[in-house]
Amino acid sequence: MLAKRIIPCLDVTNGRVVKGTNFVELKDAGDPVEIARRYNEEGADELTFLDITASSDNRDLILHIIEAVASEVFIPLTVGGGVRVVADIQRLLNAGADKVSINTSAVNNPQLVKDAADRYGNQCIVVAIDSKRVGDHWEVFTHGGRTATGLDAIEWARKMEKFGAGELLLTSMDRDGTKSGFDLELTRAISDAVDIPIIASGGVGNLQHLVDGVKEGRADAVLAASIFHFGEHGIEEAKRFMKQQGIEVRL
Amino acid sequence: MSVDIAVIDYGMANLRSVVKAIEHVAPALSVVVTSDPVVIAEASRVVFPGQGAAPDCMREIDARGLRQVIIDAAHSKPFLGICMGLQVLFEHSEEGDVDCLGILPGTVQRFPHEAMVDSAGDKLKVPHMGWNNVHQAAPHPMWVGIEEGARFYFVHSYFVQPTSPDVIAGFSHYPFPFTCAVATENIFAVQFHPEKSGNDGLTLLGNFVTWNPGETESACDMTGAACA
Repeated sequence: MLAKRIIPCLDVTNGRVVKGTNFVELKDAGDPVEIARRYNEEGADELTFLDITASSDNRDLILHIIEAVASEVFIPLTVGGGVRVVADIQRLLNAGADKVSINTSAVNNPQLVKDAADRYGNQCIVVAIDSKRVGDHWEVFTHGGRTATGLDAIEWARKMEKFGAGELLLTSMDRDGTKSGFDLELTRAISDAVDIPIIASGGVGNLQHLVDGVKEGRADAVLAASIFHFGEHGIEEAKRFMKQQGIEVRL
Repeated sequence: MSVDIAVIDYGMANLRSVVKAIEHVAPALSVVVTSDPVVIAEASRVVFPGQGAAPDCMREIDARGLRQVIIDAAHSKPFLGICMGLQVLFEHSEEGDVDCLGILPGTVQRFPHEAMVDSAGDKLKVPHMGWNNVHQAAPHPMWVGIEEGARFYFVHSYFVQPTSPDVIAGFSHYPFPFTCAVATENIFAVQFHPEKSGNDGLTLLGNFVTWNPGETESACDMTGAACA
């Protein structure tokens, strides 16, 4: 039976892994290659790197990190952040990424998703959707949650599926960094609306939240950062807990 | 000088992961990514990876003049197909309604929308993406050191349906059983990605670089056609 995936997320800036709260107040969490190696040994199902480097001067750092990780870690690697044109995707894939996550650029230029999926296959195109509750619906935000787009998150998810996304990485901006759990209603609404896999993200503070994301949110994969980075919980521990709750995992 | 392992490059896959993983298990061997029919013809072993859509793969194979050398290699030397490199070995793919290489009798079909529900009644997503159990249909030198039911990483929306069950070397469930590995005398081809499947994937690749098909036949007498 297909296992639900646990995906640690490494936010990388200037060559270091960092973790912030609601996209601000960044804390250093270590060397990306070392952390990737450890997560792999602990049984991570995939790794996601999010390049949040602000300055374009340091953009190539992520390529070196991916190259180093891909030479010794043989599980799927997803990289996102700053992807604007098809050539950016090519560079990341050449460096050893298996999937590339597109966020702001998908909103600015949906055709990029279509072109990239046509060229490299749906399997390597992840569309990241940052969403916030606005009134009675969820709206898509870009630029790390600062810019409202006016797009309805559910409609946007359907459109991105149609454009060739192989998977959606759904982050609740209301919950990110709060440790209060995923926005389960949002996760479930999007998961029910599309046929492609959904990765739930934003808000994990304990292991029960991971279980809830799968059971209540119907996520196909759960992504978390801080509970793993700062040693609060191990990945194997998380998987054993999920298994006890009746969730199929890879152990 | 001929190379040990030729990884066929027809422009449809990111081959870096495959090469890195093979180099990891066989640091002493020469591994070359190539679209040169001569290099492929002379290599001791051939890896045939692939991603993307079947019509594009077939078009690119023909654009590079690789059809015949792939067919020849699949009949003559240890040959490992991965993902799309499994699917296009068959006669026809439903994806884009395209004729494929026809090395193995059978077809390639999409996971049917109406069947994608699990035992609890929940919707199953397509692509089939993630780690699933691989059941070994018969002993094979490529399975040595890998536990029955071990999990491998999959990402695909189409699966192969061989005409002859004799070629089935492994199967998985999503939600129904489907063929995820086939074997003939010198072909071993898998739907999952060994290069992305952690230690079990590396074990399988390590088995490939030492697999000597000529020596396996007697060992397979007991198991019947999966090795024949």
